Formats: sequence, C-alpha cells, structure tokens
Amino acid sequence: MGILEVKGVNKNFGGLKALDDVNLDVQEGTVHAIIGPNGAGKSTLLNALIAKLEPDTGTISFNGKSLLGLQAHEINQIGVCRVFQTPEIFPDLSVLDNVMIPAFAKHQGSFRLNPFAAVDADAEVTERAHEVLEDVGLTPRKDFEAGSLSRGDKRRLELAMALAQDPKLLLLDEPTAGMSRADTNNTISLLKHIGETRGITKVVIEHDMHVVFSLADTISVMAQGHVIVEGKPEEIKGNPKVQDAYLGGAHL
Amino acid sequence: MFGLKQKDATLFLVVVAITALAPFLLNPFPENSELAQFNAGYPDLMQRFMIFGIFAIGFNILFGLTGYLSFGHAAFLGVGSYAGVWMLKLLSMNIIPAIIVSVVVAGVFSLIVGYISLRRSGIYFSILTLAFAQMSFALAYSVLTPITGGETGLQLALDDPRIFGVAQTADGSIPLTNFFGLEMRDGIEIAAGPWLFTLNVGYYLSAIVMLASFYVAIRIFRSPFGMMLKAVKSNQQRMNYTGINPKPYTLAAFVISGMYAGLAGGLMVAMDPLAGAERMQWTASGEVVLMTILGGAGTLVGPLLGAGVIKYFENIFSKINDNILYEWFSFMPGGLQDFFVTIIYPFIGKGWHLTLGIMFMLVVIFLPGGIVEGGKRLGRLFSRKKAEGGGSDATPAASPAE
Amino acid sequence: MDAIILQILNGLDKGSAYALIALGLTLIFGTLGVVNFAHGALFMLGAFCAVTLSRLLQTASVTIDPERTDFLGNPLKVETPYVIEWFGPEVGSLILDWSVPLAILFAIPIMGLIGLAMERGLIKHFYKRPHADQILVTFGLAIVLQEIVKYFYGANPIPTPAPDALVGSLDFGVLVGFDAGTVIYPYWRLIYFVFAAVVIGVVFAFLQFTTFGMVVRAGMADRETVGLLGINIDRRFTLMFAFAAIVAGLAGVMYAPINSPNYHMGMDFLVLSFVVVVVGGMGSLPGAVAAGFLLGVLESFASMPQVVTLIPGINQIIIYLVAIIILLTRPRGLMGRKGVMEA
Repeated sequence: MGILEVKGVNKNFGGLKALDDVNLDVQEGTVHAIIGPNGAGKSTLLNALIAKLEPDTGTISFNGKSLLGLQAHEINQIGVCRVFQTPEIFPDLSVLDNVMIPAFAKHQGSFRLNPFAAVDADAEVTERAHEVLEDVGLTPRKDFEAGSLSRGDKRRLELAMALAQDPKLLLLDEPTAGMSRADTNNTISLLKHIGETRGITKVVIEHDMHVVFSLADTISVMAQGHVIVEGKPEEIKGNPKVQDAYLGGAHL
Repeated sequence: MFGLKQKDATLFLVVVAITALAPFLLNPFPENSELAQFNAGYPDLMQRFMIFGIFAIGFNILFGLTGYLSFGHAAFLGVGSYAGVWMLKLLSMNIIPAIIVSVVVAGVFSLIVGYISLRRSGIYFSILTLAFAQMSFALAYSVLTPITGGETGLQLALDDPRIFGVAQTADGSIPLTNFFGLEMRDGIEIAAGPWLFTLNVGYYLSAIVMLASFYVAIRIFRSPFGMMLKAVKSNQQRMNYTGINPKPYTLAAFVISGMYAGLAGGLMVAMDPLAGAERMQWTASGEVVLMTILGGAGTLVGPLLGAGVIKYFENIFSKINDNILYEWFSFMPGGLQDFFVTIIYPFIGKGWHLTLGIMFMLVVIFLPGGIVEGGKRLGRLFSRKKAEGGGSDATPAASPAE
Repeated sequence: MDAIILQILNGLDKGSAYALIALGLTLIFGTLGVVNFAHGALFMLGAFCAVTLSRLLQTASVTIDPERTDFLGNPLKVETPYVIEWFGPEVGSLILDWSVPLAILFAIPIMGLIGLAMERGLIKHFYKRPHADQILVTFGLAIVLQEIVKYFYGANPIPTPAPDALVGSLDFGVLVGFDAGTVIYPYWRLIYFVFAAVVIGVVFAFLQFTTFGMVVRAGMADRETVGLLGINIDRRFTLMFAFAAIVAGLAGVMYAPINSPNYHMGMDFLVLSFVVVVVGGMGSLPGAVAAGFLLGVLESFASMPQVVTLIPGINQIIIYLVAIIILLTRPRGLMGRKGVMEA
C-alpha cells in the first residue's frame, strides 16, 4: 500500500470533466511524476490533494488517513506540502522570515499564542531556516525583501519554504518551468539530494522530459482528466498510447 | 536588554526618556510669553497623549500587522470606559480595579465582535466592524440608558455604593480617583524663572501604563506570533498551505487590540470619571485610524507619534483665533496682513479638522508610510549625501527588508 | 392595515435616498473598483447646491427709499432680489419659491464637474492601490469637503423649504378607502419618491440602451477584455464617476426640504449607504436599489411604537442587524456577484 492513495476521484466543472475516475498509488520514498498535455487535469489533481478544491466523488488518503474534509492547514500539518508553480511567497517579509514561518509551522503547529517569545529563541527553528536557505543557495539574500527577488530566486525560495517543513510528501508543480538549463540541472540535483538525505516522497508535475526521466521512479500519464498509463520510465518511453496522447514520438 | 534587541531597547529607552521629561519638553515657552499657547505640557493634554497613544498602539497591532482595517474600535474604548465608571461607582475610587475590568470587558466584547466580523475580510470586514460599533453607539444612546446614562453620559454620583470606599467625602463631595490614596489630580508645580512645569500624578501613571503597553507591543512585533500577523497581511492564503491557520491569529490580534482600546478607555475614566456614547461613534473610530496612518501603520513608534500630533493639533491649533493671527502678522502692512489672516484662518481654530483632513490626504497620497517613513526618507537623504561626500558607494542594489 | 401602509410610505423617502446614494456607490465599485468614502459628501454637496441656489436667487439690489424711514429714522433700505427686478414680482417670486426644484438644473453641471475633478484629480491615482488606501484617502476627502462647507455655511442646519404649492400633505388613506386622516403623507416626500424612481429609471435605461452604458456594463463584468477590444474604458469610467456624483447630488438637492442641510449629513448617510450596498451586493445595481428601499421600509417598521415596546431599541439598530445577518449568511449580499471586492 502506498503512502498516498487516490481512488476513483471525479471532479466536474460545469459540464467539463476535469478529473475522470483518477486512481493513483504513490509508494513511500519514491518520485512519482505526472505528465500529460495541458488541460489533462494534473494541476486540478494537485489542488484536490491539498484541499484547494473538493472532489465530487472518490477518496484520497495519506498514510491510511483520509484527506477529504480536512482543511488546507491540517493537510499540511500531517506532512503534505505543495510547491506552487507561480511563486506564492510572503512578498513583504524578508527571505529569512519566509522560511522561518514554515519552520515555525512545523515546530509549533497551526496556531500558538506566543506574543512574548523572541523570534530567534528557538534554536531548532532558526537553524532549520538557515539550513534550507543554504540548501537552495539563498543565504546571501536572506535579509532581502522576498518580493524583490528575481523570479528564479522566488521559485527557489518557494522550494525552501516547503523543505523547511520537512514534509513527508512533497507535491511539486513544474519545479523547473521557465528555468535555464543550468538552473534546471541544479534543481534536479537538489531534489535528488533531498530525496536521498531525507527520504521525502515526491509527486512531480512536469513538462520537461529531461527532468521527468532523470527524477522519476514511476510515471503516470494523464489525458482528459484520466490516468491512461502508469509505469516505470522505460515502460512509458516506449508506450504507443502515451506517444499518441501526448508525446507524439518527437520528444524521445 | 529587557529581552529586546539592541535597536528596540534603544528605541524604548528614548521613548521612556521623552515621556519622563515630557512635562519639561512640552513646555518650552515661558509662562507669560506670547508663545505659551503652544505649550502642551499641561496634565490634561499630556494624559490624552498617553491614552490615545495606547489606543493607537493597540489598533496598530491589528491594522498595522494584519492589514485588517477595523472601523469600529472606538466601541471597545467606549465599552471600556463605561465598565471603568461602573467600577468607580460600585467598588471604590481606586483606579486599578476600574482599569482591569475595563480591559477584561473590552476584551470579551472584542472577542464576540471579532469572532463574527473576521468571518469576512477586506471591505466586508470593515463594514461589519462599523455596523457593530454603530449598533453599540445607538444602543448606548437609547435603550441602554440605565447602564450608559444615555445622552448625558455616565457620571459618578453622591449616592453611589462604592462598597470598598466612601460614597462621599467628609465635606459631601464625590471622592477623587486615586491610586491607593495617591490622587490623580495631585502633582507639583515647579517654577523655574519665567517657566512653569507641572508634574502630575495622573500623567505619570498614564505614562507608566503607556510605556508598559508600548513594551508589550514591541515584544509582540518581534515574536513569532507577530511574524504570523505580518504574514497574514502579506499573503493570508499562503499561510493555509504552510500549515498555519490564520484565523486564530487574526482573532487574537483583534482581541489584543480591543483590550488595548479598553485599557485606553479605562485610563480615560481614571483621569476624568465620566463616559459618554459619543466616544463610540464611528468618527471616533476613524480618528484612531488617522492616528495610526499619520504616524505610520505597521511601525513601532508611528501610532504614538500620530496620536501625539493629532491631539496636539486638536488642542493647540483649535485654540488659535483670528486675533492671535492678526498679532502674528502685525509686522506686515495692513492689506498683506488681512490677506494672510484670511488665507490661514480657515485652517485654524474651528477649522482644524480641515487641516487634519488635508494632512491626512497628503500622507495617504504621498507618504503611505506616515511620519516614520518621512523620517526614514529624510535620514536616507542625509546619509546618502554624506556617503557621496566621502566618495564611497555603499548603497546596495536592492534595499534589504527591515 | 392603515398603519402598515403608513409605515411603508414613511420608509419610502428614506429608502429612496439610500437607494440613490447606494446606486452611485455601487456603480463606482463596479466600474472603477474604488471604495468611495466621499460619496456621502457628494450627497451633502448636492443639498448645499439647493441652499446655494436659493441664496443666489435672493441676492438683491439695495435701493434707498427716501419717502420711508426705518424704526431708527434713517431712510429705509429696500432690498429687491434681482430676479424680481428682472422678471417682475409674479414670475420672480415664483422662481424664488421654486428654488429647490430649480436647483436640479443648477446641480447637474456643478456635481458633474465636481465628480470629474475628483476622479481626475484624486481617485484615478488610487485604482491600483489597496482598498484600505482608497477608503482612507476618500475618508480624508470627505472630511475636507464637509469642513469646507462648514466654513462657508456654518455648522447649523439651513432650512430650505419646498415650494409653497407642494407643502402640505396628501390624505392617502382616503384614496384607498380608509377614514380621512389615517394615512397622511406629505406631498414632498411623495415627490421625492417619484423623483428617485425616475432617476433610477434613467440610470438603468442609460446603462441598458445606450452604447456607452453597454460598454460600461461590459467593463463592470470584465474590465480587461473590454480594454483589449481597443475601447478606451478609462475615459468612460471617468464620465461614469461624474454620473454617479450627479445622482448623489440630485438625491441631496431634493432631500433638502425633508431634512435641513447640515455639513455632516453626508457622513450620516454614508455609513448607512455602505450598509445598503453591502446588503444589496457589491457591484449589483438592482441589489443596491432593492436593498435601499427594503432597509428604508424596515427601519420605518422598526420605529412603530408597537415594535419598539416589544423590542426596545430595535429602530436604532435594525439596519446594522440586517447587514450583519446578511453578510454572514449571504456573503455576497442579496444580489452580489462572485469575486467582487473579496480580496
């Protein structure tokens, strides 16, 4: 049994079937990539996982616990963390504060009334925040206002925010979109590195096949709201169904 | 020092020093000079600086940190002052129980109002708080007259029970508010040459309470809790996906600021034991918004500065009349004198609200950071000049966050 | 039954004022996305247009009548308003008497200009600023406007009567078959209601049937797309602001005989009008009108002695109470659209 199980999930928007009986079984410690053409329902699926939208039918469970009916922050607190495609940061706060906040969330839960504590009183939190900034290479910019970062730096910060929480399951929405080849490779090695050291399970939505095939252990291919094929990268590469639906053979 | 970082501790000590010396600093002009009317060092006004300072510091914890714009905070101040007067009527003229009960009652009331209002955000939140405040105001004026004294307001009377004190003094008058026997009205006057300074018990007590409130606010600003409140303002949606529930944080900020308002209300009646419904009117809520914005929302000293400036204007500028103006411009030839007096007259005296409105608009338009931001810009201007003079170019490409 | 009709009638005039102010407010929300706390001040300025016109009309030439003397024995100064000099005593005094309705013509260009100046001079710089900033700057403007009026007209209310012919009351009860004297309704209030209905009708017709209105409505629904079509939406929105200012001003002009204008009447109406807009649903024009009348009538019912003895104080808080309940149960108000002002 996988750490994340999605069974028979449907979601309709008006008449449009955004998710059509989606099943997904993500094994602990693996990288599970979801690929598919635009509008295949990949982002909708991620949204359903973090309670950004509610599926019409079906079940979603994490470590055997149902995620349906939980609020977004509760899902996050049990270890499911999402990295957004367009950076969702705290633009008015410093880069360091941006990672301090998730570190506090991990450490003190979804709410704690501690108006008299000093921000840096908790060494563990402070250390963790500095550590993840070091991991993504943002340490030199830790005192900058996050909103003033370049787009690429914002995306790295976004990743650092997720890492600061030590999630069990990390949901990545096109982590390398819009990055240069060099940055993409850096991100791949970073993701590999944290996978090895921390054993985080990852679900990755990605268009870049280079990224997919260098990271993924398992690949699910979605088209029109449905998972059409699932398998190991080498199985996917040769699968005619996939080439039909999406790859068209040209990319491989 | 005091659990504060170097910078904050310095700031706090500066504020302590200024408040301690305020009776001298605010009376720079000799007693009988023409400029004496600009002196602000009399107890009544200085107490108001402290009281509205507390009110604005508290409001800033909500508005400055979380960005939630409440248009109903005067209701908490009003409720606090009613509660305070009742304690003076029922218990004793000692102000401590009155102030404590003011804070508690305002806290409970703000918990109810905040719990309901915070289910909406943005302009809807503002309207909800406004509606609650206007309701409280209307009720205090009408149905609740037995509790609030209606239009005349709630006052002390000779037949109040005051179970831990005396209903009336030996000579048959209402006893004065006191702090364990030390009367608020007491004080010493120091005459130094032509100058006259008043050191008043009520002022120093208000000052101590204000400094304590200010200290607490600094701690809140620098705590993880305060960081979360800033995050609410910056990107509330994101907090949910970071595992944080923003709602209790905002509610806590709302209640804390409501308690600050209650504290201000309690202190107000401790200095002058009566309470009226007009204190709860939405224009009074607007005033604390003005103070916070004018000084600098989200900054530590901003609200204090804003409260001081507005109360100073209200008291001093509104006293200037056209006779005084004619005296000022008496060095000019008649026509020019008339001209200047005519130009300036609408902005002073009864017209000080006009000045306030214009000042406020200018701040919102050109200086959204308020007085504090203005000071920073000036400071930057000077330091840049110095840097240029020294021939060094140390300005970073992008400005670091605070 | 007669009492109920009376209460409904009583609620209509206040409701009309709420509806007219709220209409302009919501139009500005919907088109410009601006929260205008100075809208009540526009209503107040309208009322003072009526005051100003009646004063202007009364400017008089002073002649000295050597034949007669005043009580001090000096020659009597005779003041003759210019209108009487120009048009003769009959037409002249008629004009004086009808100064409030005439002020409508006077207020339209003036309010329009004030609206244009406000939008071009101030509001347009705040389109991209947070709503809190918009509230604050327009709040400041409202203070400034009312202080200016206070400076020129003083703090006391200025009685501005309706034309003599329209003073007095209609015995509405008799018309619908009750006893005489049961349902009495002042003519002017009736006129106010009819006037409001006409203005509302004109606004809706304007938005519905003119190309200008169609563009504005499209812009309210989706500003960016309309902008992409190459239509200069900004200029139209500027005019829309002036239009809303005129509507608020007219509401004020005609309200002058009902409630003697004073400098803070705008603030008094503003809070309630905001509540009306929120109850109706931000950016919904029919919602604003419906909620305006609904709350006006509800307020009137809550003021009935029977109701007040039953629930003391209800007349004071009914509008706020309704607003709170509506906001909590129907966050978008009665007829609000999704996504308006929810940031």
